[in-house]
Amino acid sequence: MDSAVLQLQRQLSDYKSSLYNEGFLDDQFTQLQQLQDESNPDFVVEVVSLFFEDSERLLTELTKTLDQQSVDFRKVDAYVHQLKGSSSSIGAQRVQRVCIYFRNYCDEQNVEGCLKCLQQVKNEYTLVKNKLETLFKFEQQLLAAGGSIPMQ
Amino acid sequence: MGLAPESQFHVLAVDDNLIDRKVIERLLKTSSYQVTTVDSAGKALEFLGLLEDDHINPNPPPVSPNNHQEVEVNLIITDYCMPGMTGYDLLKKIKESSSLRNIPVVIMSSENVPSRINRCLEEGAEEFFLKPVSLSDVNKLKPHMMKTKDKNHQNPENQEASKQPEVQPTQQEVQKQQQQQQSNNNKRKTMEAEELSPDRTRPRLNGLTVV
Repeated sequence: MDSAVLQLQRQLSDYKSSLYNEGFLDDQFTQLQQLQDESNPDFVVEVVSLFFEDSERLLTELTKTLDQQSVDFRKVDAYVHQLKGSSSSIGAQRVQRVCIYFRNYCDEQNVEGCLKCLQQVKNEYTLVKNKLETLFKFEQQLLAAGGSIPMQ
Repeated sequence: MGLAPESQFHVLAVDDNLIDRKVIERLLKTSSYQVTTVDSAGKALEFLGLLEDDHINPNPPPVSPNNHQEVEVNLIITDYCMPGMTGYDLLKKIKESSSLRNIPVVIMSSENVPSRINRCLEEGAEEFFLKPVSLSDVNKLKPHMMKTKDKNHQNPENQEASKQPEVQPTQQEVQKQQQQQQSNNNKRKTMEAEELSPDRTRPRLNGLTVV
């Protein structure tokens, strides 16, 4: 096999492993990849793109809602619940975890706690977004070099 | 055993979360089901042709699942936590509808709350899946759809609450069915007196089922 392809395959698989090891992704991401096939070759990228769009909307709304004089915690909780759900559905484990803490602060009506979590969830979101974009880039490079992405 | 396209099962998936809708759609399509997704319980009822006051308004809905082949729904899978009408409310509406109550309903939830799960099963849900839903969960759906598909072709106007499944029911299923029949009967009597609330904290008026 072409050594460039081999190298790219190695790069991809090492990178992917690191994402799982560092908790950025969990088994749900693997499940999604298994749902991808020749008739739906872009499924994972599509779902992840939806996740990016939706998360950015939610983070914007959360920022606005927590910035109010009188914070509507039910709204905050609803947004966090959505973010928790989507991150869980794509396997973005670290984002999901922060959402759990976030909801606890909501229940306590603790604005400071919520603001801290908001910052944390933004950080985790940015991290996983970068990681996933890099992962997809490695996949594209491999495909462009004539290689194929190994099934999990 | 492969199904011809005309006899493919049609699943209605209800979830307010966009990503979840996309994932459940893929899971169902991978399993060769026809899928319609909607983002609210209200839209689900619209799709099913169920008017708000169906039980007192005798006018037939524009699209009747059992009478018109073009919109036949073989299973409804719905999220529990949705703004406005919850999956639980949707389940109840469906089970209270003479035209829809035979359609199997499955509930999904991201939260593992035993009382919630029991409530849904008691109300007639076939299964309760914890999110994220997996392919092995979706594989459990076929037997539920097989039961009603055969029954619809035999007797679309099944007014009797009793199910007659093709597959031999397990002891647990028989118990569940009996409970469901009981609660269906009770519900019909108390329907006018009660309004549906997302979180049922008060006991039913006849005192038979307290959740």
